[in-house]
Amino acid sequence: MNKFWIVLSHTYMTRFKTKSFLITNIIALLVIVGLANITSIIEMFDSEENREVAVLDETGEIFSPLKESVENTASDVTLKQYGGTADEAKEAVEEEDYEAFLSISYDGQNLPQASYYANQIASSELSNTLEQQLQQIKVAMATNNAGIDQSQLEEIYQPVAFEAVALQESAKTEEELSEARGLVYIILFLLYISVITYGNMIAMDIANEKTSRVMEILISSASPVSQMFAKILGIALLGLTQVGLFIVVGYIVLQQKQSEMTGGVFDYFGLSGVTASTFIYAIVFFVLGYLLYATLAAMLGSLVSRIEDVQQLMMPMIFLVMIAFFIAMFGLNVPESSFVTVTSYIPFFTPMLMFLRVGMLDIPTWEVALSIVIMLASIGLLAALGARVYRGGVLMYGKASSLKDFKKALQLSKKS
Amino acid sequence: MTLKISNVTKRFGNFTAVDNLSLEIPEGQIFGFLGANGAGKTTTFRMILGLLDITEGSIDWDGEKINYSNSDAIGYLPEERGLYPKLTVKDQIVYLGRLRGMQKNEIIGELKGWLEKFRVPDYLDKKIEELSKGNQQKIQFISAVIHRPKLLILDEPFSGLDPVNVEMLKQAVVDLKSQGTSIVFSSHRMEHVEELCEYLCIMQHGSPVVHGSLKEIKRAFGKKNLFIHADFDLTFLQDIPGVVHYKATTEGCELQINEEAVSQEVLNALHDRGFVRRFALEEPSLNDIFIEKAGASYE
Repeated sequence: MNKFWIVLSHTYMTRFKTKSFLITNIIALLVIVGLANITSIIEMFDSEENREVAVLDETGEIFSPLKESVENTASDVTLKQYGGTADEAKEAVEEEDYEAFLSISYDGQNLPQASYYANQIASSELSNTLEQQLQQIKVAMATNNAGIDQSQLEEIYQPVAFEAVALQESAKTEEELSEARGLVYIILFLLYISVITYGNMIAMDIANEKTSRVMEILISSASPVSQMFAKILGIALLGLTQVGLFIVVGYIVLQQKQSEMTGGVFDYFGLSGVTASTFIYAIVFFVLGYLLYATLAAMLGSLVSRIEDVQQLMMPMIFLVMIAFFIAMFGLNVPESSFVTVTSYIPFFTPMLMFLRVGMLDIPTWEVALSIVIMLASIGLLAALGARVYRGGVLMYGKASSLKDFKKALQLSKKS
Repeated sequence: MTLKISNVTKRFGNFTAVDNLSLEIPEGQIFGFLGANGAGKTTTFRMILGLLDITEGSIDWDGEKINYSNSDAIGYLPEERGLYPKLTVKDQIVYLGRLRGMQKNEIIGELKGWLEKFRVPDYLDKKIEELSKGNQQKIQFISAVIHRPKLLILDEPFSGLDPVNVEMLKQAVVDLKSQGTSIVFSSHRMEHVEELCEYLCIMQHGSPVVHGSLKEIKRAFGKKNLFIHADFDLTFLQDIPGVVHYKATTEGCELQINEEAVSQEVLNALHDRGFVRRFALEEPSLNDIFIEKAGASYE
């Protein structure tokens, strides 16, 4: 087992010391810091332009309520009463003195109507804001004309009281569900990205050793099985280092920015209500998923003889991850569908789909246990197969990389 | 510490790569393992190392099977050279040495000694990809012997080297032998084999066609070479009974005769014909033996 650690630390250290690893991490950390400060960054850009809209109000009544409600909803927009004629106002917009020009008048029923003039109407954000606020004023005026007072109006617009209650005692409440959905999202993405990134790294590492032909010396000194798993774990540790670094930096940044980070997305992804068991399942399925795909990647990597063929051979694996990912995305809305239930037992889909079901539904423990057992068995099977393919594959140098090679590799390592 | 290969056969599907091979290589011997391309040499080496399973028969070293429990005592220089191109010489050898059960300090000490010996002491921190092919080969050789193996397998150790480097490596091989290392080595360069090996075998289609000590093989071959330089036409010599092969050269001819006595008949035939500048009877070279024995399949 001593050699296992030598291979493991070598895999880890050589990757760790590369420039590309350093650069990737620096970029990722910059992105994290950038995301944490996204509000300040957006403000920085936005504060530069304070948009002024010239308003020609023929009615003389609408300008002040409109100005008030628009400036309340969009702080960077200022409405200005325009003194000149409509043509002068349009000219002023063309000369970019104003962002836009709004002309308001009464229609036949004494209700407001307006025309909006701007150099470009591709960006509809400003015109939409103006339209919405004007709409509200119009509604208020129209209802007033019809003899409906403000409190009646509010009653009309009050949303209906509608509460979804699960009767099964252990079923998730709506709040729990939305939080579980947040966690499932995170795990799905993490698994998807790490399987592709680190799986690729493993396959590349092995293919590199094969193409540089150093493999033959390696397997004459240490057993291919321990080498394969040392590589898988070495890369896993590397991944942990990377993710750990992100989490630490992310945490520090978040601590500093906590006040800005409330509301919006962060409420949606709030994890306070997620149960401990869901977290444990997240870790279990993540680890198992990584091991399964990493073993597959190691096996595929040992089959190629040219580095260019790695991508081609990795395609089926990437397709598997992608299919699992898409089923999971679909399953987020209908976690109890029988399609999701059935596919959640297929080992390559289990880490994403079974976790989704555990997180979103209340499913019996034996179902989870069964899927874990199936996964463990397939990891074992794949490892045994992988070790044999690895042993034969590393001695095999051909042009093609296909199913035929897979058979050939098995044959080469066949016991007499 | 004897390497014993007994009745070993290796089949890949219907193809028999090695057919009923038996060899014994005692401690401290250099054994030449020859054969045309595809004769089964590399397959045999891989079986000795345990990289390929044996279809029939057995390979023992010191009475035990070779596997990962005793692989630390074995050194291997594969025919296809392979090192990590991006690693430095030091990192490379340290990694491979540790995989053979050595400690880091010990490895660096040994490595410095070897680099000194190969007159490239400043290569310690250079990357492999920066080295010339010949120098990469030296590093590859060091990686095979850094852990002082008891059994050393060298697959074409001298290919791609200039004569100075060949001498350097040859000397290293001889030194290892005198320290008691058993060495199996394959080469297509017969002069190297003749110089280094006392015992050898020539493989053809997976089985040995010649096997034994160099002297005995030469004696058993019987045929000798006769070199003649003369100013007149020598083609009539091929009609003399006992002359097996006639080859014209720029200055005369080269004859292969099936026994020593024939040389005297050739000498008599040359009498009174004209001026003979050279008449030499020589032992057959390993090259001649190889070409005749393995020639049928040699490209």
